[in-house]
Amino acid sequence: MTHNEPAGILADPGVILRAAGQALTKLDPRRMIRSPVMFTIEVGAALITLLAVARLAGQPGTEHPAFIAAVAAGLWATVLFANFAEAMAEGRGRAQADALRRTRSDTLAKRLAAPHRDAAIDPTPSTKLRAGDHILIEAGDIVPGDGEVIDGVASVDESAITGESAPVIRESGGDRNTVTGGTRLLSDWLVVRITANPGESFLDRMITMVEGAKRQKTPNEIALDILLAGLTLVFLVVTATLLPFSMHAVATAGRGEPLGLAVLAALFVCLAPTTIGGLLPAIGIAGIDRMVRANVLATSGRAVEAAGDVDVLLLDKTGTITLGNRQAARFLPASGVTERELAEAAQLASLADETPEGRSIVILAKERHGLRGRDVESLGATFIPFTAQTRTSGVDLDGRQIRKGARDTIQKAVTAAGGSMPAEVNRICDDVARAGATPLVVVDGTRVLGVIELKDVVKGGIAERFKELRAMGIRTVMITGDNPLTAAAIAAEAGVDDFLAEATPEAKLAMIRRYQQEGHLVAMTGDGTNDAPALAQADVAVAMNSGTQAAKEAGNMVDLDSNPTKLLEIVAVGKQLLMTRGSLTTFSLANDVSKYFAIVPAAFGGIYPQLRALDVMRLHSPTTAVLAAVAFNALVIVGLVPMALKGVRYRPLPAAVLLRQNLLVWGLGGLLLPFPCIKLLDMLLATCGVP
Amino acid sequence: MMISAWTEVAAILMATTLAAITITPWLAAVFRMGADSDGSGEPETDGWFSRSLGAIQRPLLRAAGVWHIREMTATEYGIAILLFHGAGFGLLLFLLRCQPLLPWNPDRLPSVPWLIALNTAASFVTNTNWQAYGGETTLSPLSQALGLTVQNFLSAASGLCVLAVLVRGFVRRGSPTIGSFWHDLVRVTLGLLLPLAILVGLLLASQGVVQSFDTGVDVPLVEETLTAAGEAPSTRRVVIGPVASQVAIKQLGTNGGGYFNANGSHPFENPTPLTNLLEIVAMLMIPMASCLAFGRWVGDRRQGYALLATMAVLFLPFVVLIVRFETSPNPWLAAAVPSIDQATSSEQDGGSLEGKEVRFGPASSALFAVATTATSCGGVNAMHDSFSPLGGLVTMWMIQLGEVVFGGVGTGLAGLVAYTLVAVFVAGLMVGRSPEYLGKKIESREMKMGMIVLLVPPIVTLVGTAAACVLPAEAAAASNPGPHGFSELLYAFSSAGNNNGSAFGGLSATSAFWTLGLAAAMLTSRLLTMLPLVAIGGLLAAKRTVAESPGTLPTHTPLFVLLVAGAVILVGALSFVPALALGPIAEALQPPAAGGGPR
Repeated sequence: MTHNEPAGILADPGVILRAAGQALTKLDPRRMIRSPVMFTIEVGAALITLLAVARLAGQPGTEHPAFIAAVAAGLWATVLFANFAEAMAEGRGRAQADALRRTRSDTLAKRLAAPHRDAAIDPTPSTKLRAGDHILIEAGDIVPGDGEVIDGVASVDESAITGESAPVIRESGGDRNTVTGGTRLLSDWLVVRITANPGESFLDRMITMVEGAKRQKTPNEIALDILLAGLTLVFLVVTATLLPFSMHAVATAGRGEPLGLAVLAALFVCLAPTTIGGLLPAIGIAGIDRMVRANVLATSGRAVEAAGDVDVLLLDKTGTITLGNRQAARFLPASGVTERELAEAAQLASLADETPEGRSIVILAKERHGLRGRDVESLGATFIPFTAQTRTSGVDLDGRQIRKGARDTIQKAVTAAGGSMPAEVNRICDDVARAGATPLVVVDGTRVLGVIELKDVVKGGIAERFKELRAMGIRTVMITGDNPLTAAAIAAEAGVDDFLAEATPEAKLAMIRRYQQEGHLVAMTGDGTNDAPALAQADVAVAMNSGTQAAKEAGNMVDLDSNPTKLLEIVAVGKQLLMTRGSLTTFSLANDVSKYFAIVPAAFGGIYPQLRALDVMRLHSPTTAVLAAVAFNALVIVGLVPMALKGVRYRPLPAAVLLRQNLLVWGLGGLLLPFPCIKLLDMLLATCGVP
Repeated sequence: MMISAWTEVAAILMATTLAAITITPWLAAVFRMGADSDGSGEPETDGWFSRSLGAIQRPLLRAAGVWHIREMTATEYGIAILLFHGAGFGLLLFLLRCQPLLPWNPDRLPSVPWLIALNTAASFVTNTNWQAYGGETTLSPLSQALGLTVQNFLSAASGLCVLAVLVRGFVRRGSPTIGSFWHDLVRVTLGLLLPLAILVGLLLASQGVVQSFDTGVDVPLVEETLTAAGEAPSTRRVVIGPVASQVAIKQLGTNGGGYFNANGSHPFENPTPLTNLLEIVAMLMIPMASCLAFGRWVGDRRQGYALLATMAVLFLPFVVLIVRFETSPNPWLAAAVPSIDQATSSEQDGGSLEGKEVRFGPASSALFAVATTATSCGGVNAMHDSFSPLGGLVTMWMIQLGEVVFGGVGTGLAGLVAYTLVAVFVAGLMVGRSPEYLGKKIESREMKMGMIVLLVPPIVTLVGTAAACVLPAEAAAASNPGPHGFSELLYAFSSAGNNNGSAFGGLSATSAFWTLGLAAAMLTSRLLTMLPLVAIGGLLAAKRTVAESPGTLPTHTPLFVLLVAGAVILVGALSFVPALALGPIAEALQPPAAGGGPR
């Protein structure tokens, strides 16, 4: 999947042209009625168009036919621009969907009569596969549908879905037993049980999501729609009652004309919250799209919104907070042993040790004591690898038996060999453990040399990130299988708010329930089948794509990159979506003030000339004033399309600060910006010879 | 003079604030806000106040057949409110129509005509107190005392009940019920309104507001006059009656329906500057204290201060404006009669005195006017019709803001909370969270109800005025030509459509259109704001409470206060600016030379 930058799509003429075409087809009233604000504008546009036609056909009236036609054009433009915004947002998703669809080419699947490799093969088109069918996939085959591996081990290229080119291993049993339709087997073979019927596969869901075809309105969108519909209704009443008001005023003032329908329609389109009403679908689609570009597939727009509300993040320690492995941090020699001596022995014991911990010991020895790496074989040493039986590793060299291992293992071995563990080394081990690190004891024969301190290394910058989250009111909770002592030390170093040590799936579930009881919304990531209950309970549950089918079913999002840190990005996308909606609503409403200053003096100046004093913009004429306001109202929708697609700038700040900033930019900006813009449009119209 | 006028205004407002602070703990103690754990409807933590109140209340409720107080769902509470309003309407209508058959009608006043009776019943049941009649010449003391005064108490009490339900929405968690209407109604009437009214009534009576079972006294004339028939009577009948008792609750309950036609400008309703002060204090006291009590009820006093500050931000600038406008000389008068002295001196109050009582002067008349329109009181001590165009605009706009700037007792604050919910919704989105207020998430159903509360009053007002405009015979009820005449029409429907009840004056609103139209406006507006507010209370009470964090939108900051005030202004301005442009704004911008002035 390509990671399109928003600027790319906005500059792509093909996409823009296609969106313009779709703006027209979207005028279908059956579709428009989903957006009450824009629907009323479309009805208004149709009525004013009829009025213009009637006047051109010679019907009597007070307004100039050209003026009526211009207002009608303004109304149509408003509706079309709104449709264009939606089509643009969809266009971006459609490009991605097309790319995905190409991977779903019809293939002939090797359907098995029975769930084992040697069963009879019945070639079946992939579109005919049903859940429960068993198929054989061999090297070079495209996986015909989503399924669960029941036999075999194979490497799979999942780049079509994840964009990640490195192949992944899929095997039966365990947490890596799922295959996704559209991916390709690179080696070996798999027997797979299909889990999704045609049209319900992961790929299908993904295509549906990015296309926005079956987009359901989210609860928050519905609430906002109610607000906008209410305002539209009141503005409809405000403009409709102006006709009798102006008739009364004309009768009592003895001059002027009652307001014409075109002016009333113009006032209505200006007052109705068309900016937000028109951009609302685009904002929602763009939010889901941003999720997709972060390689996260949400099952619903609702999940994306919920991500913005989350205030407790359950984060797995390994991979999210710490680097995957522990690293040697210090050499702590026993008395009578120099640190260099310990380092040397430790290095020797680790030279052939290919585990990350072993390598980190060699690196530490080199950094601290300048000990260069040597070739174990050229030294004539024998490497003793770690086994489950001995639970130690090391080398045999020149009669020396250097071993490193956990304290109790070494202690047993030393005691068995007739030696003893110095009390001092025990003390060192205790100190190390208390600080949350792991002690590794190094022994030469029966002589205990000292302790290597292995520490979990907290990822760089993660503490700052948690601090930002805390400022935004999001609590971070570290989930780890470590003992409470180790967990507490890492938690303190990473700056998380809370931790769950020796975590079991039940403990996770209980913790989520407890937070929810207190009124929090909880997000978590998970990949194993035993994570499924907790994923199902969490408000935002991100399943790793590498995880089991059960985890993916239980979650409401799937992270294609299987990156646990992604949760932070997901929250940001959710918040940005809500902020964009709120900011553009504020902008839209604040805009109305200026339009009154443009239209009220223009409309009533003929009845009460003194009201022209309200024309603070000193506009050219009543005609240009009304048309400039309508034109601004339509153009601002187009102007804000990039903002709707990209989302407003998001920074992790406390709510009070965000409110102040957004209110200043969108509230005050929305209040003031239209004045110069309407004035400019008015001057433009006057220059073009509009009377 | 300006200094003394401002001092006077400041002193009155200070006294009001002090009074509000004083009664806050009292008001807060009237309602119990927690969940109903034992189902008895009695307070869990019984102070002496609650205990004694319970002791009085229990036998009364039992006498009415309520033996066991049962918590109600929002639907049941709403139905109870509807039934109660229906019963009050029926009772009042009966009293007005059967006046001649009932006792305590010494002047043998006839039955109140149907149209007026319907209008009056709607008006007093809805806490509007629009008066299409002259009190002393239409109603017997029985109708005034047993009909109107009783409704003055009960309509105010039901307003406070609605507020209590809304607060319970925030306080309770996962609760299917929101309190008992009968219990709330009796408690607030007996526990707060009655004692306060007795206190205020006594203070008023001490200053010369009459209180009598007699209906009139014959006093000898000090100056010989001739009647229209050419007779020279030696005495004049002066109407008196149970006035102080009605005026006290008329002010306290933001009712506004006077005993006399002249309302608060009548010397027996409002005789001295001190009673004037007292009446202003009485109007504003409970609405202000409600904000502070709100903070106590929801367990965060800052929230109460913020709501009070929001009201103050919307109120004080208009106090300054209207006092400025009314204490300035009338330019049209100066243009017409250059020799006239409108300046302030030790001899006279300067400024625009037309339609104002000299014993109050323009400053405190202006303050009374803005207070009576900001609250939904609607009693007047000066004729708003005679105010300067922009002064009149201020009074009209305070009503059109939806009676949420202090507003009606209980309903005003509840309405402002509805505005707050809408403001929170938009602001909450702006900080990237699904919106919540006081720990309760604002979702589509609350939004729907909130929008009804916000939009029904302006729609009723505009549609009503438009109807008057298209019926030339009805539009002619306005006594003035030009924009001022339109202001008279607009004011009438604003007053009814927002349950204020004050009259601009200059309108003969006794035709079927006006009496029934305004009655419909009053009933629609009152019920379609109260019932959705109860529904919001029910919806919120059923929700769980969201935990607070730094990511939660703070709703007690000055910025938030300005945001809510801005929302009120925006909805008010966007709904009414075009209409106001054709009325007071056109009138104000009219050059003094044009056609001899606006009046």
